[in-house]
Amino acid sequence: MPDMKVVVCAKQIPDPAAPPLIRPDTHTLDRTGKLILDDSDSYGVEMALQLAGGADDEVTLVSMAPNGETAGLRTALAMGATRAVLISDDALLGSDALGTAKVLAAAIRPIQPDLVIAATESTDGYTGTMPVQLAELLGLPSVTFAKGVAIDGSTVKVQRQTEAGYDDVECPLPAVVTVTAGVVEPRYPSFKGIMAARSKPIDVLTLADLGLAPADVGAAGARQEVTQVSEAEARTAGEIVEDDGEGAQRILAFLEQLKVI
Amino acid sequence: MALDTAWVLAQVGEAGPTSLTLELLTEARNVATKVAAISWGPHVAAAAATLGQYGAGTVYDAGDIGDALPGVPIAAAMASLVDAGNRPDAIFFPASYDGRDIAGRLSAKLDRPVLTNVVGMRSADGHLETEHALFGGTHIALARFTEDPPHLYVVRAKSFTAEALEGGSAPEVVSLAVPDTGSLAAARITGRHEEERSGPALDEAAVVVSGGRGLGGAEHYAMIEELARLLNGAPGASRAIVDAGWVPYSHQVGQTGKTVKPTVYIACGISGATQHMVGMKGSKNIIAVNKDREAPIFSIADLGIVGDVHKVLPALIDALRSRN
Ligand SMILES: Cc1cc2nc3c(=O)[nH]c(=O)nc-3n(C[C@H](O)[C@H](O)[C@H](O)COP(=O)(O)OP(=O)(O)OC[C@H]3O[C@@H](n4cnc5c(N)ncnc54)[C@H](O)[C@@H]3O)c2cc1C
Ligand SMILES: Nc1ncnc2c1ncn2[C@@H]1O[C@H](COP(=O)(O)O)[C@@H](O)[C@H]1O
Repeated sequence: MPDMKVVVCAKQIPDPAAPPLIRPDTHTLDRTGKLILDDSDSYGVEMALQLAGGADDEVTLVSMAPNGETAGLRTALAMGATRAVLISDDALLGSDALGTAKVLAAAIRPIQPDLVIAATESTDGYTGTMPVQLAELLGLPSVTFAKGVAIDGSTVKVQRQTEAGYDDVECPLPAVVTVTAGVVEPRYPSFKGIMAARSKPIDVLTLADLGLAPADVGAAGARQEVTQVSEAEARTAGEIVEDDGEGAQRILAFLEQLKVI
Repeated sequence: MALDTAWVLAQVGEAGPTSLTLELLTEARNVATKVAAISWGPHVAAAAATLGQYGAGTVYDAGDIGDALPGVPIAAAMASLVDAGNRPDAIFFPASYDGRDIAGRLSAKLDRPVLTNVVGMRSADGHLETEHALFGGTHIALARFTEDPPHLYVVRAKSFTAEALEGGSAPEVVSLAVPDTGSLAAARITGRHEEERSGPALDEAAVVVSGGRGLGGAEHYAMIEELARLLNGAPGASRAIVDAGWVPYSHQVGQTGKTVKPTVYIACGISGATQHMVGMKGSKNIIAVNKDREAPIFSIADLGIVGDVHKVLPALIDALRSRN
């Protein structure tokens, strides 16, 4: 299949295993340290590589991140993506999902992709709204929560998760699709892939390159303020016992005490 | 002072409004004087009385949208209602698949940001201050919008308790036109697959028994189902085993799955990642079985059994069977 162009939204985030650093001034997550590829997006990258794996096909990563961060993009390039576009600009600090969608839409539009893939939700922000806002701004239909994606001519066929099972959904291309974890098994970058990724192109764009006004994005565009962040009330541990053969009886006694049985 | 008007995106199925819809209506009437429901599909007329009982004075009915995904058409219908001069102070969307799609579409159409992951709210001086669960629920943020309304919010399930009004009255039902959005609305549902489930619904059951990767294999999930059946509860799962294909997604508990608040939650072979705990730590009582003494799930368990699921669960199942 010649010339299939897929864009993958690839978010670069602080290591989610480390305790979150919250900026005391804005009460938002400090993203100025080292960033990695959001694990949620590795599924989108893999899906794109499987759908557009031909020699003439192209998988372009698009990411908005502070400080010209490319570490996460290199990971996805090492998996096999063709190239990347990074939008990095101090004026983007404090952007919310809609602001992010405006920036990504401006970067994606000139690529004229057949398909845009994002994750259902990011690990750090998990608003789950950015991809649909992006679709609206690009003037494209969207199918969210895909647990299976196939391309059939100029149609994308999606198994979309629902509360009770799943729906088969068909949508003409170009379209935006969001994928859940489990849609495919992401490959590990090979040594060859890692070496090749070093010389793959990453275009770094600023807000001015995209023709966007600072007032529409960043903290100003978010038109919201976080007044306080505190640790949630923690539940405390109760009784922890080693199973010495009586574990089941302990559970039974507890259920009886709660009058569940 | 309360807000003047709030809209609630009301999801209505054959069995009536979803429980999250009723939670949102209840909370909307706590923070606003007038509440309207926005709904669509073939069952709205039948559910209008219930929507009224929970606080909707008006029900806007966008009608049957057939096989279309609701994101585009319903957001377009809401946008034209706003453009026609209706200015609610707040619009509440359920944090469901379709709720998030409609919220995202409307946000971009109206060029208004959305506050998501709302788990609490209060109104003061005609302003709404919202609570948000961050980082898998380990932190709570307070936020507010800084521009004039309408303000858009996506609210998580089980953040509020649904309560019917004493002597609530029938709402006025107004039909809502869906504008033609052309190719934007081109996604079509061509087939629907529903898993058969017996017993109570996962997010309504008094007892939830969930299994994780510690079960060791898909075939061992039968223990979870049997235990749930014996306790008249519902079987749940961590995302790890949903992704691995052992059980369908509809079983998933957590940030991307269902939020549950049963009387008893029994976690079996589940480590207790923040994204799992955010969906179940509101349970009244938590029992955990895990062979690792250091598993994070023990930090929130009322009763923790450090042991092997393959020993503890069969013994528990036997004991329950012999009681019945
Ligand atoms: C954006 C995002 C959203 C997510 N959403 C969700 C969500 O909605 N729900 C969710 O659950 N997760 C979610 N996750 C995934 C989450 O981070 C964890 O990966 C997942 O919950 C782990 O599942 P688990 O506990 O079954 O597996 P593991 O973490 O692998 O834990 C298995 C446990 O089993 C124990 N064990 C092993 N053998 C035995 C035995 N024989 N007997 C007893 N115990 C045993 C081990 O000690 C271990 O603690 C999300 C992640 C991200 C990034
Ligand atoms: N800054 C970003 N750069 C690239 N992709 C993003 C960015 N923010 C969000 N996305 C994409 O949108 C998805 C949903 O993000 P969120 O709205 O934060 O839950 C993510 O998983 C990514 O695929």
